[in-house]
Amino acid sequence: MQRNQSFIEKVDWLTILLYTALVFMGWLNIYAAVYDEKAVQSIFSLSINSGKQLMWIGIVTIPIIILLVIDFKFFHSIASYLIYGGVLLLLVFVLLFGREVAGSKSWLELGAIRLQPAEFAKFATSLALAYFLDQSGRKLDQMKTLAGIALIIGLPMGLIILQGDTGSALVYTSLAIMCFREGLSPALFVIGIGSATLFVLSLLFPPLYLLGAGAVVAVFLIVIGKKTVKRISLILAGLAIVGSVAFSVDYVVNNIFKPHQQNRVKAFINPEADPLGYGYNVTQSKIAIGSGGFWGKGFLQGTQTKFDFVPEQSTDFIFCTLGEEQGWVGAMVVIILFMVLLLRIIHIAERQKSRFARVYAYCVLSILLFHVFVNISMTIGMFPVIGIPLPFFSYGGSSLLSFTILLFILIKLDAHRMQVLQRM
Amino acid sequence: MDSAIKIKIIQAAVVMVGLLFAVKLMHIQVFDDVYKRKAENNVLRKVTEYPYRGVILDRNNNYLVYNEPVYDLMIIPKDVEIADTLSFCSLLDMEKEEFVQRYKKCRKYSGTRPSVFQKQLTNPELARLQSHLIDYPGFYLKSRSMRGYPHKCLSHVLGYIGEVSLKELKNDKTGYYKSRDYIGKSGLEKQYEEKLRGTRGSSAKLVNVRGEVKGKFGNGKYDTLPIPGSQLKISIDLKLQQYGERLLRDKRASLVALEPSTGDVLAYISAPNYDPTLFTGRNFSKNYSKLENDEDKPLLNRVNSTYPPGSTFKMVQSLIGLQEGVIRGNETIYCDNSIVGDHAPPGSYTVTKAIRYSSNNFFVKLYKRILEQKADANQFKDAAIGMKKWTRYIHSFGLGKKLGIDIPFDKKGLIPSVAYYDRIIGKYQWKASRIRSVGFGQGELLVTTLQLANMTAAIANRGYYITPHFVKEIDGEPVRSFEKHKTLVNHMYFEPVIEGMAQAISQTASRAYMKDIEICGKTGTAQNPHGKDHSVFVAFAPRNNPKIAIAVYVENADWGGGAAAVTASLMIEKYLKGEVKRAWLEDYLDRKGYLRKESY
Repeated sequence: MQRNQSFIEKVDWLTILLYTALVFMGWLNIYAAVYDEKAVQSIFSLSINSGKQLMWIGIVTIPIIILLVIDFKFFHSIASYLIYGGVLLLLVFVLLFGREVAGSKSWLELGAIRLQPAEFAKFATSLALAYFLDQSGRKLDQMKTLAGIALIIGLPMGLIILQGDTGSALVYTSLAIMCFREGLSPALFVIGIGSATLFVLSLLFPPLYLLGAGAVVAVFLIVIGKKTVKRISLILAGLAIVGSVAFSVDYVVNNIFKPHQQNRVKAFINPEADPLGYGYNVTQSKIAIGSGGFWGKGFLQGTQTKFDFVPEQSTDFIFCTLGEEQGWVGAMVVIILFMVLLLRIIHIAERQKSRFARVYAYCVLSILLFHVFVNISMTIGMFPVIGIPLPFFSYGGSSLLSFTILLFILIKLDAHRMQVLQRM
Repeated sequence: MDSAIKIKIIQAAVVMVGLLFAVKLMHIQVFDDVYKRKAENNVLRKVTEYPYRGVILDRNNNYLVYNEPVYDLMIIPKDVEIADTLSFCSLLDMEKEEFVQRYKKCRKYSGTRPSVFQKQLTNPELARLQSHLIDYPGFYLKSRSMRGYPHKCLSHVLGYIGEVSLKELKNDKTGYYKSRDYIGKSGLEKQYEEKLRGTRGSSAKLVNVRGEVKGKFGNGKYDTLPIPGSQLKISIDLKLQQYGERLLRDKRASLVALEPSTGDVLAYISAPNYDPTLFTGRNFSKNYSKLENDEDKPLLNRVNSTYPPGSTFKMVQSLIGLQEGVIRGNETIYCDNSIVGDHAPPGSYTVTKAIRYSSNNFFVKLYKRILEQKADANQFKDAAIGMKKWTRYIHSFGLGKKLGIDIPFDKKGLIPSVAYYDRIIGKYQWKASRIRSVGFGQGELLVTTLQLANMTAAIANRGYYITPHFVKEIDGEPVRSFEKHKTLVNHMYFEPVIEGMAQAISQTASRAYMKDIEICGKTGTAQNPHGKDHSVFVAFAPRNNPKIAIAVYVENADWGGGAAAVTASLMIEKYLKGEVKRAWLEDYLDRKGYLRKESY
């Protein structure tokens, strides 16, 4: 590896290419989503979302340039904590003075521009986690380290839940992937996945059924195995846990969730039951995508998204426009672009020399994977509708800005990976 | 766990997500058609395009029925912005409560789809609204067509259209009609419904989630254009029809005028008449029930009511007698008037003289000769044989059977037959003397005005008639020739009868006489058990090469030589000369009017 390689050559151009492709295709699809045959509007018109998105694409070049020119050591410093602290303050600020949109108090108004601080908490939290784990002696089998991680993740998550934006808060659970890579015990994952399964089963079936099924399994286990006191009490304890989870999920959903959250969960379980009510989004979104066929209806030829059958068609449900107009082929092109980007990020992560950069890279991976998986899944009825955008693709300044910063910090760190060794 | 394995697991997870999407999307996008169907249901709205209904013209190409544009005031509730409700209400001449109520009703139906706020604006409403409408967003005018009647006449024949009824929907085997469609309810509108209505078109529109039309579905390849209804040209002579309606406006009467050589119906009047426009407006039901409850029954088509023919029946009796050879042209029968009462003096009568003086006793004797065929020794059996023959003769003049006219008013009337008398009297229990009043046109006989006019045309033609009809041309194509019906009486027997009719006008019913047109006619009195007798009159003119045959009933006008004969004579003058000079006769008729209401 040559020391005097120019910066331009050290930047990971593949990632930037993938990023550019996704942003550009997103922009075209935003235009298609709002396109109205009768109103002759240019794709550049600032009165429609595609024009505004183009403006944001222009704006994000500023942070990209700043990120690429500033000293990379800036992030390897207490500055990461400061950025994190600053975003936390913004989150508190928005709770006090924010503007409420659709049940969530998560918007800050700066003149004509509206920002969602929760979006920026993603890279800030990633930086803070990277800086925290970069300190020597931080191991994920230590309670102290785990507590630290829990605190760093818990603070923004809690504040975002308080804003009423549960969807954005759930994104932070994805950081478990990073933890897994950094040495968190796989046993915890088995427990985690087990409880997630139990949680979903609790949503699908009444708690008494689950308790009954658990009891049958417990009796079976007791009968076939050794009948030691320890074993029987363990099985009974397990049964007690199953029962209590089932009943508490039932209680939480019915008594603690807000009505709109309850309805989303119910719509996920059975969208057909109320196709014009809360199941409407999912039903219409599947119709739009499903009607696209193999090759799609063609650019600007979609009817379902354009005629407003799908709500939020340029933001959270942008995938519908893609699926309807570009068909299975177009959807797969975008999905493959995302998959290649994610695998590239893993590759980048593993070639880092510093733990800081690797942890940060896995945070980026976790967050992007969660967004892509959940966003596309909810449009095809595989996940409850939680309002989170498709990275780089969905309409929205805050989201584009925050995902760009998230990714370009990684590109910046990656470009300087050799210098880290020098520093060491 | 080794880092290398962890990395593989994370990479595998990413790839798994991609594969999961590939499979799920393949399923809903490629294999499952249900989403494509649902997507079409979402955006496709079929809009019916209504064709213009065919217009109806008279024989001289005057419009009798056409399509008139009317305007409905439409509303799209979500666009409505009204600063001053009261002034808007005053434009519509509407109470504020009514306005609010209607608004709510439309709003409830849909905020974004148009609904009718006020149907069929009247001209003053339209004039007031048009200039102000721009100040009231959310309201607009929509034109559609309604039946228009420039001359407000011939209402019974033209009929009317109305919203299709549940019963009509059920009986519609073709499945053409949909609820709220219009359909011909009576008259020509009903008879020629399939020709007049045209064919509906439909266009497939793209609609958005709020039901607003956004364009054509499939670039119009699913659209069909509406085909306009056919234009009907009918045989009516508008001028003659209007003149007749004016003459009879204050009487309960019926009149039919035919062109003998063609069977064309020249005039067809049932009085009192009603204004056909009453059935087009938004007050249809109100007007309908008002007319239905009127004591003079303007909705009743009196042309299709049955009356006894009275003495107008005597020509056919004469012709049968001559054809059967029971009397010869110059043969006389002596009548001492001992059988039935008579206006004619006692004496010897030929057929011609009997018609001229309308001798009842002559026709009782003639009828007896016709029935008594001497074919059977038993008088009763013999009468039945004669009766059977006689009935066939009568039917050949179009009496006692449907004529096949092209409007849904075509009553059979009643011509007694063997079976009929066997039923009401008893088999072999009746002979000529028992049923003698039929001989001079009373008794069990019932005919319609149309049948009587047709019978007159058959006499004018000396032995045949053409099926009477209205429609002559459909879309400019002449209707194929109408059936010619020969009477069972040879043309050589008609002259003595026609001579009698000519003398009846020149000598007896002198009010009907005209100096320069030889009218052949016959008066009659139709006995009426409920009140004053009905006046009846038949005539054709000119005697040679007849142009018009006419039958008139004027209810409760007593003797046929009065109102009925004068009406027929004036109609003949109007038709043959184009204008009427005998104003004194018109005055005479006006004095005979007895209805308080003149028009509707």
